[in-house]
Amino acid sequence: MKMKWEKTDKKSDMARATGLGSAGDGTHHWMAQRVSAIALVPLVFWALWSVVNLVGADHAAFTEWLSAPINAILMILFIVTTFYHAVLGNQVVIEDYVHCECLKIAKLIGQKLFFAALGVACAFSILQIAL
Amino acid sequence: MSSEMNSSSTSYEKPLSPHLGIYGWPLNMAMSILHRATGVALSIGLIALTWLLVAAASGPEKYDQFMEYATHPIGQLFLFGWTVALYFHLFSGVRHLVWDTGKLFNLRNAKIGGIAVLLATVIFTALTWWPKLEGWLS
Ligand code: HEM
Repeated sequence: MKMKWEKTDKKSDMARATGLGSAGDGTHHWMAQRVSAIALVPLVFWALWSVVNLVGADHAAFTEWLSAPINAILMILFIVTTFYHAVLGNQVVIEDYVHCECLKIAKLIGQKLFFAALGVACAFSILQIAL
Repeated sequence: MSSEMNSSSTSYEKPLSPHLGIYGWPLNMAMSILHRATGVALSIGLIALTWLLVAAASGPEKYDQFMEYATHPIGQLFLFGWTVALYFHLFSGVRHLVWDTGKLFNLRNAKIGGIAVLLATVIFTALTWWPKLEGWLS
């Protein structure tokens, strides 16, 4: 893929440079990462304590635990917040380290779709167990 | 403009920042890298969490199979690693949030804060795993 800023015989320098400023959503991205981080502090304490103590529980015990509204609600909140935070975070990591432009775009899109799919699978499973 | 700049930039040595190889491993650098590394590792760990939930929703058979892996010593090691990473990332993340307000952002406090993050990680990991540890020991 030829990127907009690459030199070709026909392009002026102006044509290569215009339209490549910031996408304009950096502040929102930064803020969303912080807000999700704040929400995650209590959720993570709850999730870690629960999960470690549930390891080894049988299916009946696990589904009974997850069927309690408080646990189902907290688990969904944890899932949604974590996946959102993880997507934002991994975006920055990819932007920093992947320099080949088309590979970067593929990875940025790929990780978003990947985590979105995982998140939906989690949320659906929780609801199926709880309802 | 670009062609002139390109040609002139090769005519003198530009100053470069020191190469990575000359740095040691000061605490603050390790903490910074670890925050990123744990963030990525935790993201990968989310696959296992998804697996658990989907398996539980699919019925006892799939669930039991997952638990077989999860209670295996290697599975437990992964889970333990995930909890250490998460506690570290959480406390380190709180430190980031404090810095974002402009507070404690200097070398002395960064060092004290770094040690506090490491201590908190150890203490909370131990507290979380204590019931399990007791079960194994008795
Ligand atoms: C399973 C849960 C979590 C996952 C998967 C996760 C993942 C990530 C990732 C991938 C990054 C990007 C790393 C970087 O840019 O260097 C990140 C950054 C961050 N995380 Fe998390 N995180 C989780 C939980 C938390 C929690 C509980 C906090 C609590 C405060 C937190 C606070 C932060 C902050 C403040 C940043 C931005 C750091 C910076 O700007 O360098 N995260 N996270």
